[in-house]
Amino acid sequence: MNSRATEDELRSVARKLRSHSLRMISQAKTSHIGSCLSVADILAVMYGRILRVDPRRPDWPDRDRLIMSKGHAAAITYAAVAEAGFMPAERLEGYARNGSQLYGHVTHVGVPGIEFSSGSLGHGLPVGTGMALAGKRAGAKWRVFVVMSDGELDEGSNWEAILFAGHHQLDNLTIVIDYNKIQSLDAVDKTLRLEPLADKFRAFGWSPREVDGHDVAALSTALEAVPLEKGRPSAIIAHTIKGKGVSWMEGKVLWHYRAPTPDELVTALAEVAAS
Amino acid sequence: MRTAFIQTLNELADRDPRVCLVVGDLGFSVIEEFAQKHPDQFVNAGVSEQNMIGLAAGMALTGKIVFTYSIGNFATLRCLEQIRNDVCYHRANVKVVAVGGGLAYGNLGVTHHASEDVAIMRALPNMVVVAPGDPVEARLATRAVVALDGPAYLRLGKAGEPLVHENEPPFELGRAITLRDGTDLTLIASGGMLATADKVARTLAAQNLSVRLVSMHTVKPIDREVVARAAVETAHVFTLEEHSIEGGLGGAVAEVMAELDPGHAPLKRIGLRPEFNKTVGDQNYLKSLHGLDEESVLKTIQQIIARSYGRVG
Repeated sequence: MNSRATEDELRSVARKLRSHSLRMISQAKTSHIGSCLSVADILAVMYGRILRVDPRRPDWPDRDRLIMSKGHAAAITYAAVAEAGFMPAERLEGYARNGSQLYGHVTHVGVPGIEFSSGSLGHGLPVGTGMALAGKRAGAKWRVFVVMSDGELDEGSNWEAILFAGHHQLDNLTIVIDYNKIQSLDAVDKTLRLEPLADKFRAFGWSPREVDGHDVAALSTALEAVPLEKGRPSAIIAHTIKGKGVSWMEGKVLWHYRAPTPDELVTALAEVAAS
Repeated sequence: MRTAFIQTLNELADRDPRVCLVVGDLGFSVIEEFAQKHPDQFVNAGVSEQNMIGLAAGMALTGKIVFTYSIGNFATLRCLEQIRNDVCYHRANVKVVAVGGGLAYGNLGVTHHASEDVAIMRALPNMVVVAPGDPVEARLATRAVVALDGPAYLRLGKAGEPLVHENEPPFELGRAITLRDGTDLTLIASGGMLATADKVARTLAAQNLSVRLVSMHTVKPIDREVVARAAVETAHVFTLEEHSIEGGLGGAVAEVMAELDPGHAPLKRIGLRPEFNKTVGDQNYLKSLHGLDEESVLKTIQQIIARSYGRVG
């Protein structure tokens, strides 16, 4: 179990995760930097304050399970497990490189701390729900967290699991939605509107809470309070900004795809350091 | 086969609390006893096959041995990517069970005809594909997949298939069972076609042909040695399956034989034509349209053998 990080420490970790992701994606010339930057504070809080995990024993049976279902945010997920101590940060240099094990979508093979491989959307929550059901029936203390994207909620498989988890009152299950308002081609609102999202979760038997997904104190308060209601799974709807932390990436679909050039990387890292 | 499967699963669940059953809201008159006796090992996922497989994978990743159960294509094709990524890639200890393999739900419509499932499951890495030939093999196969640490696909017929084995034969995944030895021809069958192959073998034997009969209950990994020996030691090889001739048992045997040294026996795949059925019919009716009834199978084999003797003569 982690010692409780201060808010300054959480913000510092979030800056590190953003810097790692920028460097990794720029060097590997891969996509999805915007999706990494929006989820940085969520991951910093998860590993810094919430998850009961032990980097020395990644397979510890009583660990909390974190499933990163938005598998395209792979760079920052690897950075998060490295900063949490599951592997040396030097391994991040292999991201998306020939012969390495750090694929461009979250991969468990050969990467300690990664619970489940993702990349095709809509897989993480059903699997997390199965883990939560097994844990509940065993009377286990460990919990399941699934980090999801907003666009991912288009997938029907998620709503199958949302219906199931509500019905079965899996209050050991929490999802965190990185609601950055932009999906692959356009704004979420212009693609498939999710609102009123909290109402949807409530109607499905969940306990939703909306928070500022870049406010580490607000995220901590919400995540430390789960289950938000006994007998209901929790849905933390984290309002975020795609590309958060680099002004010229914020809110732009382009940065779902483009990798920063070496020059852009320098200014991006400077902005993150100053944030 | 369905009955043999669920009875065996009940027994296994009595002894091992890790054994769980997740159904996709199907199994009326089949799963009730299991659900009643093992409420903590049973889940009805509802009509949601993608979630059914995801749940099963999640449960398995916490140490359970999880069977999923649905009919026809719902068990496999509806949730194919979940089977590939969640189960096979993670080597999750999930056993996907489909009842109604082939044309068992004949007159219910093409949606209910499971005619490509073996080909598709066979293509997945880490997946073991088993199509037991009779209720005895279904029982043995159920025990074997529980003992296997990893993914498996168990393809069953319905209820009431005839017994082919009088006693329990030695059973090992990946090791075919030779029920009858011979040198003129080999019949390699999987699933419910084993009973037809058995009858055809008896008829041909009565006509003084030396017939080898093989139950290839495990289609993947296929028993390459038994196929290779049949191709070399007997003059003809026939595969029989209630599945498309593309990619199933016939496809698997063809892949093995294609890489053998030249000079081996020719192969004829007897199975479903790779097309959607256009005519309504029950299982037996539709099978006869595909030439899978006993009489048609016999005729197909006799014609091929007669032609070869004609060439030799």
